[in-house]
Amino acid sequence: MTAVLHYFYDIFYALYTVLVGMRITVKHLFTRSATVQYPTVKMKIPERARNRLYVNIDDCIGCDQCAMACPVDCITIETIKSTPDVDLGLTSKNTKKRLYVNRFDIDIAKCCYCGLCVYPCPTDCIVMTDVYEFSEFDRHNLVYSFSNMTAEDVVLARERLKKYDQEQAAKKAAAAPGPAKPNTTTPTA
Amino acid sequence: MSWAKWTGSGGNSKPDMDTVIELLSTPIVQSVLLGILPLVFILVYALVVLYMEMKIAAHIQDRLAYMRTGWHGVLQPFADMIKLLQKEDVVPVQADQLLFRVAPYVVFGGTYAAYAVLPFSSMYIGANIHLGVFFLVAVSSLVVVGILMAGWASNNKWAIFGGIRSAAQMISYEIPTALAIVVAAMITGTLNLQEVTRFQDGGIQNWVVFGGALPLGKKLLILPFTLITFLIMFVASIAEVNRTPFDLPEAESELVQGFNTEYSGMRFAMFYLAEYANLFLVSAVAVSLFLGGWSSPFGSFMSGPVWGIFWFVLKAMFFVFMQIWIRWTLPRLRVDQLMYTSWKVLTPWLFACIFAVGFVLVA
Repeated sequence: MTAVLHYFYDIFYALYTVLVGMRITVKHLFTRSATVQYPTVKMKIPERARNRLYVNIDDCIGCDQCAMACPVDCITIETIKSTPDVDLGLTSKNTKKRLYVNRFDIDIAKCCYCGLCVYPCPTDCIVMTDVYEFSEFDRHNLVYSFSNMTAEDVVLARERLKKYDQEQAAKKAAAAPGPAKPNTTTPTA
Repeated sequence: MSWAKWTGSGGNSKPDMDTVIELLSTPIVQSVLLGILPLVFILVYALVVLYMEMKIAAHIQDRLAYMRTGWHGVLQPFADMIKLLQKEDVVPVQADQLLFRVAPYVVFGGTYAAYAVLPFSSMYIGANIHLGVFFLVAVSSLVVVGILMAGWASNNKWAIFGGIRSAAQMISYEIPTALAIVVAAMITGTLNLQEVTRFQDGGIQNWVVFGGALPLGKKLLILPFTLITFLIMFVASIAEVNRTPFDLPEAESELVQGFNTEYSGMRFAMFYLAEYANLFLVSAVAVSLFLGGWSSPFGSFMSGPVWGIFWFVLKAMFFVFMQIWIRWTLPRLRVDQLMYTSWKVLTPWLFACIFAVGFVLVA
């Protein structure tokens, strides 16, 4: 192409491309916008999305498996053994609960939403919910306590266990035939 | 006239109706009141165009823009205005204090002065002077001075770059604009915008962009040239108001904010107001010269002084919309491309148009 032709070609090409661009933008001007008006309209989140953890404490057997699975150690569980005379009830899987769960704290600020705690749970009591709006002004409010035991309950359970342990120790001492005597006969060389 | 009465310094007498009428019949008060009308228009229009620009920009990008302040965010321009009023007026220590403070008003003043010769309707024009368009081109050059002033006074590298670019650009693009005005002036035979518009009155076929109110043979001969002239005028006017794709003086991605980098609060708002006022101004000039100004496109149907305002604003707003549309379509030009467009494309083509139109008119 000669320089002169190139000059004219450039001008018409520029005009043409401007019109192409304007056609595209005007088309978008009248298409539906992609914006979701968030707080009033919410997007449907996927069925298996991992968000805030929830613990159904009535089902928890205090096995500590979730806490061990947690890669960031955000779950803290403390348990107290129960005595045979109390019935803690059954879980939804019809297994007997043997431990008081006096502390089940999840520091959700530390949680990395990996979901690894959910899989080992034998009673499926720790689950991922679809709640994702739980910001707080104070970081400490993000430590969620799921245990439903009151302070008195804990003291009571501890005392009962202590008493039971003492009783058991006493029983054991009574049943045993005295302290074992040391063997006096030494093997001859 | 009883000034003592009017100012209330003459005892307990209040200004009565006669005093008000007497005052309103004074020529100077009348001209001040008439002169304020475009300012009132600019302020209302600025709010509308702010909203329009944000909404168009958002929808072109498949967004919604503001939706919270009132129905679909219609109150947002007011909120923005209040925000800008409250902002601290920061003047850099190292800046040239006087020039820095004056610059925004020079920019707006230059734009506003040009409104004086805009014929909003067959009954209203700020100043019906014979050299209307000439005055307009001359006085709107004041904007360049203001922008250069702002860039220089800011004592900031980005700002001075923006100011210098703006000067280079606006001076380059004033030539195609002026030459396009020459074409329109040749056809209509006047530089008075009111007369130019009156020449085109009587329907869409009389508009200068379609050859003006000339005999059919001549009209058809100059039709292609007037169309090209109008197109060039439109391109040059976008460059004159420093908007994308010719927004080199502001160039957010390279110059921060260009000449108004250091400005804040009301002075910054003044630049914005001037930019939007200028946007309407160039559209209005193009409309007055080529698209029949206030005249109705249907001849005598829907024509008259009040319909005149409607048509004038409607046509101008259409081109404001076009400029917004182009802004959100095209990327910015390089500096050399900008100069190429002005000096090697627009100007030579306009010279060709001037010669062709002149030849047809004389022959």
